[in-house]
Amino acid sequence: MDHIDMHRLKQGEVNLGTSIMAVQFVGGVVIGADSRTTTGSYIANRVTDKLTFLHDHIYCCRSGSAADTQAIADFGHYYLQMQAQVMGSAPSVLTAAAIMEKMCYQNKDQLSAGIIVAGWDKTGPSVYNIPLGGGLFRQPWAIGGSGSTYVYGYCDATYQEGWGKDETVNFVKNTLALAMSRDGSSGGCIRMCVITEDGVERKFIPGDQLPRFWEGKEVLGEGVQNPLKTNVLFMKA
Amino acid sequence: MTSIGTGYDLSASTYSPDGRIFQVEYANKAVENSGQDPSHSTAIGLRVKDGIILAVEKLVHSKLLIPEANRRIQTLDRHLGLATAGLLADGRQLANKARDESANFRDSFRSPAPVKYIADRLGSYIQVYTLYSSVRPFGISTIIGGVDQDGPSLFVIEPSGVFFGYHGAAVGKGRQLAKTELEKLKLSDLSMKQAVLEAARIIYLVHDDSKEKTFELEMSWVGNDTNGLHVPVPKDLLSEAEQKAKAALEDFE
Repeated sequence: MDHIDMHRLKQGEVNLGTSIMAVQFVGGVVIGADSRTTTGSYIANRVTDKLTFLHDHIYCCRSGSAADTQAIADFGHYYLQMQAQVMGSAPSVLTAAAIMEKMCYQNKDQLSAGIIVAGWDKTGPSVYNIPLGGGLFRQPWAIGGSGSTYVYGYCDATYQEGWGKDETVNFVKNTLALAMSRDGSSGGCIRMCVITEDGVERKFIPGDQLPRFWEGKEVLGEGVQNPLKTNVLFMKA
Repeated sequence: MTSIGTGYDLSASTYSPDGRIFQVEYANKAVENSGQDPSHSTAIGLRVKDGIILAVEKLVHSKLLIPEANRRIQTLDRHLGLATAGLLADGRQLANKARDESANFRDSFRSPAPVKYIADRLGSYIQVYTLYSSVRPFGISTIIGGVDQDGPSLFVIEPSGVFFGYHGAAVGKGRQLAKTELEKLKLSDLSMKQAVLEAARIIYLVHDDSKEKTFELEMSWVGNDTNGLHVPVPKDLLSEAEQKAKAALEDFE
């Protein structure tokens, strides 16, 4: 969904070829991201923080051009401060998402940005997905960035309603680890935030402590090394 | 009217030596003036537990007018209503401004505007008309009511641009009498239907039969009973309220 159009990036532009995710649960939301920033095949930053503050209980996950998404998040932060001052109360997640969507849609020709806005407000936790063209969709969970394409099936098969915090954190951690292992433009560490009424709790999983799944096994090689053990199919060929 | 002839009342951009702005005070007069002008009537608003009721005494200056035409209560947005006392045309312009503000808010933030926000914007708009010699201040007092995320709320905006929140509000010619009647009510305990009956009674009480021409009672409400929408009070309830108001008035006299 959030494939980055590499041809639209300028020569040498810094790209968040990314795996990002946000999931709502009963008392809040868990957001997460990998930490890789690339310029082509070069990793410009291996400990990037793609979970960006918008307001006290509202964060966004950024994917696409690093420069574009940083600028959008900065403007979003500014507008939400104005909004909070004028209204005299904390802005809702919907308001934050609507502001971000406006910027993404109105400047869609010049931007490369896929953003997930998530957080907690008086009405409870919520997740909004703003994909490349500047649409706005409320979802119980959202994934984004180039790595997300590899894990849609895993998410569909795994996600359940009514999870608590710990189950949700594990879901995010496992999904991102799977995406990062398949997607060449994602990797490094996992950063996560748990946003509840009480505030924001950050979590960090170092690159050498990522959850591990099946990582492949050499099958063909075995046959070559030991011809006596080869199966019939191989012999025929 | 000691101000006349002093020269300090010629412009809204001039203070008198004791710090008054006479043009704004004249605008207040325009709101409450008695007389034959059909715009000089009374409007009230009630904030109860589950919603807001707006009611106006609309003087009918000609038998040729179509009943229920020229409504004095206007809808600003799905959840917002506005009633004015004073110059009718000023009320129309303000309502259009309020509709713009409300639509802009929806567009920017994908959610209905809080009543207080609209009152604030309209207050600022009206205030600007007290600053320049080239314009005339608004000749209306405005009641704005609606239901937002924090429940029902009700505001009154004066020609000076100040606005206050109220449990019960009355503007226009009969406001003093209406206010004393509103004060007798336990507003926070009333149901929306009870409040409709009370509002009708107050409007009938405030109307001066001897001096004024016939009038129409116009009422709208917004709250739980209307699913959060600002709509006219339905015909059957309106006529029930009118009957009870007339009966109460006979007991009163």
